[in-house]
Amino acid sequence: MSYLDLDNLSKSFKDDKIISNLNAKIEKGEFFVVFGPSGSGKTVLLRLLSGIMMSDSGEIKMDNQIINELHPEERDVSMAFQNFALYPHMKAFENIASPLRAKNKNMPENEIHEKVNEIANLLKIGHVLNQFPKELSNGQKQRTSLARSLVDKPSVVLLDDPLRNVDAKIRFEMRLELPKVLKEFNTTVIYITQDFREAMALGDRIAVLYDGKFNDIDSPKNIYQNPSSLTTAKLFGDPTINNFDATIKKQDGFVEVDVNGEIFNLKKNTKIQDGKCIVGIRPEDIVLSNDHSENSIEVEFRTKTPLNLRIVFLVRLKNGLELLCSTTEEESHLIDENKKMYISFIEEKSHFFDIETKRNLE
Amino acid sequence: MSINVWSILKFFAYVAIIMFFLFPIAWIFNMSFMTNDEILRKVPVLFYEPTFKNYIGLWEGEIAIEGFATMYVYFKQNLINSAILSVGSVSVTLLLGVPAAYAFARYKFKGGEDIAFTLLSFRFAPALLIILPLNLYFSEIGLYDSYFALIWVYQLITLPLLLWIVRGYFEDISPDIEYAYRLDGHSWFQSFWKISIPLAKPGIAAASLLCFIYAWNNFVFALILGSSQIQPVTVGALAFITASAIPYGLIACGIVVSVLPTLILALFIQKYLVQGLSLGAIKG
Repeated sequence: MSYLDLDNLSKSFKDDKIISNLNAKIEKGEFFVVFGPSGSGKTVLLRLLSGIMMSDSGEIKMDNQIINELHPEERDVSMAFQNFALYPHMKAFENIASPLRAKNKNMPENEIHEKVNEIANLLKIGHVLNQFPKELSNGQKQRTSLARSLVDKPSVVLLDDPLRNVDAKIRFEMRLELPKVLKEFNTTVIYITQDFREAMALGDRIAVLYDGKFNDIDSPKNIYQNPSSLTTAKLFGDPTINNFDATIKKQDGFVEVDVNGEIFNLKKNTKIQDGKCIVGIRPEDIVLSNDHSENSIEVEFRTKTPLNLRIVFLVRLKNGLELLCSTTEEESHLIDENKKMYISFIEEKSHFFDIETKRNLE
Repeated sequence: MSINVWSILKFFAYVAIIMFFLFPIAWIFNMSFMTNDEILRKVPVLFYEPTFKNYIGLWEGEIAIEGFATMYVYFKQNLINSAILSVGSVSVTLLLGVPAAYAFARYKFKGGEDIAFTLLSFRFAPALLIILPLNLYFSEIGLYDSYFALIWVYQLITLPLLLWIVRGYFEDISPDIEYAYRLDGHSWFQSFWKISIPLAKPGIAAASLLCFIYAWNNFVFALILGSSQIQPVTVGALAFITASAIPYGLIACGIVVSVLPTLILALFIQKYLVQGLSLGAIKG
C-alpha cells in the first residue's frame, strides 16, 4: 500500500490546464523526484500537496486519509521553498523553532533548544543561529530553510528546487549531503528540480512532468535508458538526443534504417513493425572514427565544442542530416578532422518512437 | 587643501539650507517668549527678556494684554480635542485600514480594484465640495457636534492614505513567507499577526504618522461640523484673533504647543520608518 496517493489530480487557472489527471503512488520513506521543464507545473503540484492551493478535482490521500480539503497547517507536510521564505524579523534559531512552537504548544524551552541545535549541527549552521536571515549567506539561508522543514520530523517533506538559488559549489555539496540527512529522518521526500542530473543523482524514482501529468515514473536508470517518449528522451541528456525521421525494415537479426536514401543497420532484437518512425540516438552512443568499417557511414565534419569534459562534434551525413556525437577528450585527440570521418552506432542503444504520438515503440 | 575649501563651502551650504527651513520655526519659538510690544517693535529685537506669560496664559485660559481687556481662550480644551480626534481617527483607520489593505494586496476579488480606487478618489474631492451636504445630513441625524461624527469624517482623509501606503507594503511581502508559517502549523490569523503585520510595520508606522498629521492639521471639517466644545487647536487658534487685538505672542505660543505632539511622535516613529526589515529574507 502506497503512503501518498495522488489520484486524478487536476488544477487549472482560468482556461489554462496546469495539472490534468495526474496520478502517482509514493512509498513511505521514498525519495521521489519530480522533474520537468520550467512552466510544466511542478511548483503548482507542490502547492496542491501542501495545501497552499486547492485542486479542482481529484484526490490526495496520505496514509489512506483524504487530505484535499485540509488547510496547510492541518497537514503533516513541511516544505522548503525555492526562495527560502525565511521570516526576516526572526533570528535563524526562531525560524527553525517555528514548527516546534506551532505544533507542540507545551514543549519545554530546553527541548526546543535541543532539537533546533541537533538539526542545525547536522546541517552545519549551528554557528549562525543567532543571526537574522539578512546576515546569512545564500547557502546558510538554504540550510536554515531545510532545517525548518525537517526539525519537527514531518511525514512528508516537499522540497521546491532548493538548490536552484545557491552557487555551484554549495549545490554540489548539498547534492552529496542531502540524501544522507534525509535518510536519517526516514521521511518521504518529494523533490522538485529542473536539472536532470540532479534528478538522476538524488531520486529513488523520477516522475517526469509535462503536459500536466507524469509521463514516466521510474528509476533514473530506466528513464534514461528506456524513455517512454521522445519528449522524455529529449529532457534527459546534454546535449540532447539526436532524432530524425526514418523508414525501418526488419531484417535478419537487425533493423535496416533508411534516412533519405542513407541506409545503415541497427542491430536490435525488437518486436517493432516495419514502417516510418522517429529514430533517437544519444550523442554518446555514436562512435566517431577516421577508419571505415563494415557498418559505418561517411560524414562531413562541421564543428566541435567541449562540454563537461567531453567533446561534442557536429557532423553531417551526405543527405544533409546533422548529428551530434560526443566523445571523451582522449578519444577526440585520436580523430583527425581533416581526414575522412565515419560514424557507427553502438548496438542496442537506439530508440524508435512513433511518428505521430512520439511514444516509444518498444 | 581643496578638501578643506570644499568642506567649508559645504558647511555654509548646510547652514543656509537649515536656516531656510528652520528660521520660521525658530522665529515662532522666539515669539512665543515675547510680549506683544516686543514683537510689534519696528526694528525686531534679538535680545529680550523671555517671558512665560504667554504659556501661563494659554494654560490658565485667560491673559491680560497691555492696553486691552483680558482675553479668554479655551486652548487647553482645544488641545485635548485635537488629541481625541487625531488618536481616535488614526485608531479607527488602523482597525479598518490594515485588514482592508491586506485584503486588497492578497486577494483578487470582483470589483476589488474599483473599490480601492473609489476609496482613493475620496482624497481627490475637495473638502468644501462635500462639507455642506455633510453638515445637513449630520444635523438631521443628530451627529452634528460630536467626536464620533468628526472621527468618521476624518476617515475620508486618513483611510485611503493608510490603505494605499500599507497595501504596497503588504504586496512587497512574499506570500511564500506566510505560507511557510502556516505550513509550520500556524493558523491564518497567526500568520497575519506574527508575519504580515510585523513585516509591514515600517509602512504602517509611516502611514499612521501621516494620518495623524493630516488629522491633527485638519481645519475645514472641524470648523463646520463642530462647535467650540469639540474643536481642535487648528480651529481654536482662530479665537485668538479678536476685534480688539491680535496677540501674536499667544498665537506663536499656541503654534509651538500644537506642533509639539506631532514632532515628538515623528521622532519616536522615526526608527520604524528607516527599518528595511524585509531585506534579505528572500533570495538575492
